[in-house]
Amino acid sequence: MQETLSLRTLTRRQLLSRGVAAGAGFVVGATFVAGRDAAWATEMNALKPDTMATLIQMARDIYPHDKVGDQYYAAAVKGYDVPDEVDFAEDGIEMLNAKAGEMGFGQYLDAGWEAERVGILRAIEDTPFFQRIRGGLVTGLYNQKAVWPIFGYEGESYSQGGYIMRGFDDISWI
Amino acid sequence: MAAPFDRNDDSVVVIIGTGAGGGVLANELAQKGVSVVALEAGGRYLPEDYINDEWESFGQLAWLDPRTTSGDWRVAKDFSGLPAWIVKAVGGTTTHWAGASIRFQPHEWKALSTYGAVEGANLLDWPIDADEMAPWYDLAEKKLGVTLTNNLPGLPGNNNYKVFEAGAKKLGYTEVHTGRMAINAVDNDDRMACQQTGFCFQGCKWGAKWSAAYTDIPRGEATGNLEVRERAHVARILHDDSGRVTGVEYFDADGALQMQRAKVVCVAGNSFESPRLLLNSASSMFPDGLANSSGQVGRNYMRHTTGSVYATFEKPVRMWRGTTMAGIVQDEARHDPSRGFVGGYELETLSLGLPFMAAFLDPGAWGREFTTALDSYENMAGMWIVGEDMPQESNRVTLSDTEDQFGLKVVNVNFSDHANDIAMRNHAYKQGAAIYDAMGATRTMPTPPYPSTHNLGTNRMSERPEDGVVDRNGRAHDVPNLFVSDGSQFTTGAAENPTLTIVALAIRQADHIAGELSRGNL
Repeated sequence: MQETLSLRTLTRRQLLSRGVAAGAGFVVGATFVAGRDAAWATEMNALKPDTMATLIQMARDIYPHDKVGDQYYAAAVKGYDVPDEVDFAEDGIEMLNAKAGEMGFGQYLDAGWEAERVGILRAIEDTPFFQRIRGGLVTGLYNQKAVWPIFGYEGESYSQGGYIMRGFDDISWI
Repeated sequence: MAAPFDRNDDSVVVIIGTGAGGGVLANELAQKGVSVVALEAGGRYLPEDYINDEWESFGQLAWLDPRTTSGDWRVAKDFSGLPAWIVKAVGGTTTHWAGASIRFQPHEWKALSTYGAVEGANLLDWPIDADEMAPWYDLAEKKLGVTLTNNLPGLPGNNNYKVFEAGAKKLGYTEVHTGRMAINAVDNDDRMACQQTGFCFQGCKWGAKWSAAYTDIPRGEATGNLEVRERAHVARILHDDSGRVTGVEYFDADGALQMQRAKVVCVAGNSFESPRLLLNSASSMFPDGLANSSGQVGRNYMRHTTGSVYATFEKPVRMWRGTTMAGIVQDEARHDPSRGFVGGYELETLSLGLPFMAAFLDPGAWGREFTTALDSYENMAGMWIVGEDMPQESNRVTLSDTEDQFGLKVVNVNFSDHANDIAMRNHAYKQGAAIYDAMGATRTMPTPPYPSTHNLGTNRMSERPEDGVVDRNGRAHDVPNLFVSDGSQFTTGAAENPTLTIVALAIRQADHIAGELSRGNL
């Protein structure tokens, strides 16, 4: 997770006092997005903080894993926070929010239930915007080594001599 | 004259590609004293270079030059630029392969005679048979150190295998074992025993799995008769006015166009690149491509009827621990049309790491139906289906309008399942799920085919010149000193993983070529 020194030096209370709630899980400030509990925060380089908060929620709604914290979803979409991707991301989220509006919500983050947000995503799932975000998450989320232990995946074992002495055949329930 | 060889030396055999076909052929010829120049499009990577990380390894080893796709196979939609998952490196896909080394069943050499004509299929008997191939299989098994042959012990079963084996036996299957694998269970032939590390697909860091990269290639080079030129991308094969090939043009590691003269040329670039090269070598004498008077170059592309079955259980399996392909059920490999299809299939355990599971379990899927499956990744077991698919003339490799980094036309791969393929896959999905259901699976998931790893048939072997591209020795019907030495010469695919057969054919072809050279016939 990218954090800047300026955010690191703030206490949780100071951080939260500089932003407003966005959706259920986020606090958005003038230059940052943070978790509601201020356990993580990311400073914006190019995108509007509201856009990033919406992207993070969208990422979770596409690949929801209840044991995976928002900071990993934030890392998975952080790559769009660069000047070259501003038009793609801002236009895409504007389109997403417009679709939410058509479906009776002020904007995407105003839809409180996952099923409601998924309904909005289903309405745009054939768009290049959705498909690129989804495709990017396949590696952006699941190829983060930090999320592997949450799924029990152990990654490489060569450095430990493989599993020959470490449980390759230790299944006990058969 | 010893390696390295001069580019104007027209006494050498040029082999294009250094995988299971080309790499073995190169060594076998070198051992017999034949001068060989092997041109390999990829670089050289050895066990210390292999990376046990799925995506990083993919970037290191996979053939990522452009290709295009068409047809109704799902790969064309999900992985439109990646029809195959094969390797561009010295040693070719023997770096990536899982190691399963099983012989064709005798009847599979005679598919047309055994199955009869199948509507829409371009079935043909091989011009060779099981008896003729038996001694070459013996040599291939010895070369690869195949477990459960030559008194070599089998590998121990890992967790994924134990679930698979117990379920298969509950179903009444009897041909269930840890496989005939080119992975050492004990130290053998200067290669150490398997350490159950996983990542067989990413190159074996112990060298326990046979790969031409660190066996046949260096052994051939040690004779002084083999020169391997890395990062040498062959553009076209040249011929003279008599219709004999005279050499090849290739782009060297610096991108400069070079020409190597040759007495004999052997094409072993796999079932996409080999027909591509023949088609890109069209000339006024061979307007439809080299060796293509039959019109069969590029046709009859086969990829095996595949698919996977993954299942989740109440308790952990940790399928990624140990050999990737850790065991096999062979009961369904028989030909038994009462099941609703001709030919048969093998079931073999398989595992993917979390990153590749996310990419391949159900490409394009999203939402909780998908993610709850991954939530149970630790409790997942998996198997792969590999069965005989029907050769079809319209399943073919053609030249695309897309060009590669050298300005050479790349291939388009068109593939659609035959009705027999679909019936077989559905039967296999049902049996695979039943194996896991017998073990109390909480969920089973029929998983679509991955980008192809078994690519076969696009320069097929035939008795008659009008039915195929090469003869019983892999020699082009149309060109006397041109050979095909890889899986593209397969007449039909059989149910078995193809590498052992490719190796056996390469050993046999080396014997033929060396004999013909000594008799002055080439």
